[in-house]
Amino acid sequence: MTQIIWDGLFVGSFYALIALGYSMVYGIIKLLNFAHGDIYMLGAFIGFVMLTSMGGLPGALGIGALLVVLLVSMALTGGAGVLIERFAYRPLRKAPRLAVLITAVGVSFTLQYGVSAIMGSNPRSYPVRLEGDVFDVLGARISLPQVLLMAIAAILMISLNTYIQKTSTGRAMRSISLDMKGSLLMGINVNSVITRTFFIGSALAGAAGVMSGAYYGKIDFMMGFLIGLKAFTAAVIGGIGNIQGAMLGGLVLGLLEAFGASVFGGEWRDVFSFVVLILFLTLRPTGILGERVTERV
Amino acid sequence: MTMLEFDNVEVYYGKVQALRGLSLHVDEGEIVALLGNNGAGKTTTLSTASALVKVGSGKLTFDGNDISRANPWDVVGAGLIHVPEGRRIFSTLSVLENLQLGGFLVKDRGVVAKRIEHVFALLPLLFERRAQQGGTLSGGEQQMLAIGRGLIAGPKMLMLDEPSMGLAPLIVNQVMDVIREIREEGTTVLLVEQNARAALRVTDRAYVIESGVTTVEGQASDLLNDPRIIDAYLGA
Ligand SMILES: Nc1ncnc2c1ncn2[C@@H]1O[C@H](COP(=O)(O)OP(=O)(O)OP(=O)(O)O)[C@@H](O)[C@H]1O
Ligand SMILES: [Mg+2]
Repeated sequence: MTQIIWDGLFVGSFYALIALGYSMVYGIIKLLNFAHGDIYMLGAFIGFVMLTSMGGLPGALGIGALLVVLLVSMALTGGAGVLIERFAYRPLRKAPRLAVLITAVGVSFTLQYGVSAIMGSNPRSYPVRLEGDVFDVLGARISLPQVLLMAIAAILMISLNTYIQKTSTGRAMRSISLDMKGSLLMGINVNSVITRTFFIGSALAGAAGVMSGAYYGKIDFMMGFLIGLKAFTAAVIGGIGNIQGAMLGGLVLGLLEAFGASVFGGEWRDVFSFVVLILFLTLRPTGILGERVTERV
Repeated sequence: MTMLEFDNVEVYYGKVQALRGLSLHVDEGEIVALLGNNGAGKTTTLSTASALVKVGSGKLTFDGNDISRANPWDVVGAGLIHVPEGRRIFSTLSVLENLQLGGFLVKDRGVVAKRIEHVFALLPLLFERRAQQGGTLSGGEQQMLAIGRGLIAGPKMLMLDEPSMGLAPLIVNQVMDVIREIREEGTTVLLVEQNARAALRVTDRAYVIESGVTTVEGQASDLLNDPRIIDAYLGA
């Protein structure tokens, strides 16, 4: 039981990191960025190339070096997200939603087959594999790398939450998601705030990519597809567009999957999450935290 | 000195022409009303000045600078603030956060805090409700918040679009009093109103706009007795 909860939370924190970018972008420009999962993949490959060129992790500085790789990958995937927004989505800001959605799918394919053309289509083994002591907590087997990765995920999410709730740019992100025109009248340069949103969301996905590569050890150019859908599910569960909802939705999805897999068997894991997605979309499309809005007309 | 000037401005929404060579000016320290019926182009005039809508032809100047091609954030930065029709309060943000957003371009946080204090002094009901979500305020309170939020930017000129809309007469008077105080503090004001009587009581001068052009211009006190205005806008 505690094992299932722990495993669920662990996988869920990856979902949460990726769901955040989905939800932030949806919140601010109402776009389902289907290329978002591929940014996660891109992050994993950027980390792979850097670690390979360093010849793995030099023993003593192991964790420190991994953190540097993580930060650089985040900066690069963040930059990729910014370029994608600038050249693929911004010209279509006033276009019908379907046109933008199709463009997002196009960007997704471009990233997948671009990486496949450069790095090959076979799975690659990560040059580092996080291993460490396993200890027993209340009957659950918990490994040191798991604790480390979850701590990184938690730090990233808490910082993001503080940024959005407390800073002036964070406030602008929230106001734009409520009313773009009204935000323009506040003097907010919406283009630059949207750029930042893409940077942050993509950087978080990139971080998740490196972390998952280092933990699971195998990466390939299609790895973003399924997790992109899972992150979308998590975002919907939490209430798409809602930042805290995305974090909560990620953890809830992780837990639901872990319990579902233990009841129905591991091979039903993905089916189970998409059933959850469909249930939410039909029964509660605003998600758990969606529509706390007390609005008066 | 002229603060805001429209010189023969035309504006189109696609093929629909909303302003047909509109000219008007507002001098520094003045409070001017813009009157007109539904669809006359009042909101379009303000939105053009705040760069939400593009100038098709003609020239728009604010404080000596050509702003015909400016971005909305540049116009705000220059000190021209538009308090929009329908208030556009950020519904899930608190009253305080709404006010803080009004000072988005003000670098010095101390200045923003001071101006918020000042707005609380001017509109004490906002202070009581500062932690409440903006969307939960009443219509009159939301209007006060929208005006207060406009003041946090430290405007040289404030443009208000139908601040009396949907408010009870008593509240309309309160709003007009606040507008008068703002002007007395030295801010230039352009006031769009359908409630001509209320508007002409607080303004120095007024324009009437019909189908995208100004048709009448005059001192507010004269217009209050002008038969054309009485028939069309002041009722019996
Ligand atoms: N976004 C738009 N697209 C197309 N036409 C528009 C748009 N906004 C306004 N118009 C048209 O432009 C004209 C002027 O509209 P505007 O909103 O400026 O009028 P108004 O004087 O503010 O009216 P009201 O008193 O009803 O607020 C109207 O004919 C209106 O239909
Ligand atoms: Mg109007």
